[in-house]
Amino acid sequence: MKREIPLFVTAAAGLFMILSFFVPHQAVSVPADFLQQSAIIIVAFGIVLGGANLLRVNLAGVVRRQPGWPYRLVLIAGLVVTVALGLIEGRDFQAAGTRSTWIYDQVYSSMSSAMFALLAFFIASAAFRAFRIRTAEAVLLAAAALIVMMGRVPLGGVLTAGLPRELRVETIAQWILDVPQNAANRAILIGAALGVMATGLRVILGIERSYLSGED
Amino acid sequence: MSLATSFERLDRRWIHAVTGLLVLLPLLLPLNFPLGPSPPVRAYHDAITALPAGSTVLMSCDFDPASRPELEPMTRTTLRQLFRRHCKVVVVVLYPGGARLVDWIVQDVARENRQVDGVDYVNLGYKAGNEAVMVLMGQSIPGAFPRDHNGRDATRLPIMQSVRNYSSCAMLVSLSVGYPGTREYVQQVRGRFHIPIIAGVTAVSAPTLYPYLQTGQLRGMLGGMSGAAEYEDLRFERGMASRGMDAQSLAHVFIALCIVFGNLAQWERKRKEAA
Repeated sequence: MKREIPLFVTAAAGLFMILSFFVPHQAVSVPADFLQQSAIIIVAFGIVLGGANLLRVNLAGVVRRQPGWPYRLVLIAGLVVTVALGLIEGRDFQAAGTRSTWIYDQVYSSMSSAMFALLAFFIASAAFRAFRIRTAEAVLLAAAALIVMMGRVPLGGVLTAGLPRELRVETIAQWILDVPQNAANRAILIGAALGVMATGLRVILGIERSYLSGED
Repeated sequence: MSLATSFERLDRRWIHAVTGLLVLLPLLLPLNFPLGPSPPVRAYHDAITALPAGSTVLMSCDFDPASRPELEPMTRTTLRQLFRRHCKVVVVVLYPGGARLVDWIVQDVARENRQVDGVDYVNLGYKAGNEAVMVLMGQSIPGAFPRDHNGRDATRLPIMQSVRNYSSCAMLVSLSVGYPGTREYVQQVRGRFHIPIIAGVTAVSAPTLYPYLQTGQLRGMLGGMSGAAEYEDLRFERGMASRGMDAQSLAHVFIALCIVFGNLAQWERKRKEAA
């Protein structure tokens, strides 16, 4: 029964969700709504669980003085202070002028923007040192990348403004995005969708059981 | 020492310094390169223009400060266009780190356009649950978001009196950085609830959404800062994206040159080794 009940619950939930897509009757939509609400509650619990896990893993790292333990300490301090302030400030923690919003505006916002901004430097450096054209496929990749990079900025248009419209870099870049890129992307999407459908069916039918206890 | 050897031995800090200058200088001294709207951007703009005045629009702003340079300008311009069409805007957030930033942007643009919170627009804030929330909004938007960002009872707000689910909204605007975002809205909402969707996304994720654009599942799309700048140009605005495009133009040219010269140096070295 330890295995049969979870398999039954999974199959019933999966079937209701599929049926709700096609049957707009209350007998299906009401249980489907209940399942969706339950999913949201489970996700909310997942956030708490994730925070607790983060704390556990990093506390162990600090206690054992693992490499980079001071960073783990900063992470734990950040987590504890943010959660504690949120709890103290209660429901109004998002109101203007609270300590929680100060942390968001002055610490989180600045640091995540800075992390993303660093990409510009690493991309330039990687383009110079790592983007090596050694095969015919790499030539195609590099040519497409250069055309799209130039075609997506106004300077590319300025540099090829004297050419006929069909030969301008922005026209060729749009064609690359619309035709070859789109064709490849569509193939990936269809393949992935078929894979998801097959996996979903295997889970509903109880063939795929790895989510139960790690078994195949 | 040959030119190829000089390139091979070039300290990466020089590359970082040039990149920094090429980004910084155009922001201080704008070059004002001309902008022209691409078809997906024009379609995005036209989809909003075609909305009947006074329509209710659901706007899902799923991004955080890391993607702010790309997504904030398009959020601002979209809100301005919607407010000028007298549309009622219902904002939701499904991305964990974005609620505060999105609220700040919405309040700022609303103030600028003299819109009343709770009457002309509302920010329902963040809700965890990703696709489950998207589907739940198809049954009931106040059910998925019982309280707004400021903790007020959503069902008591004047704007929410006419908002039940997706069928109450003339359009869904999805501004997203990744998961959950535009792709999930197309997969979970477009086919099931038949609401027209337009999207604004980062440059990295834009190519993956082109199949949806071509099939009409997305009515229009803004891709990255260039899409936002083209949209600003269509709206006769000179905003953050337009100013940023000068910097991005020069950075793109520099990266292209880095690829070319990096490979030239490598070929030259190999030629010498073979000789």
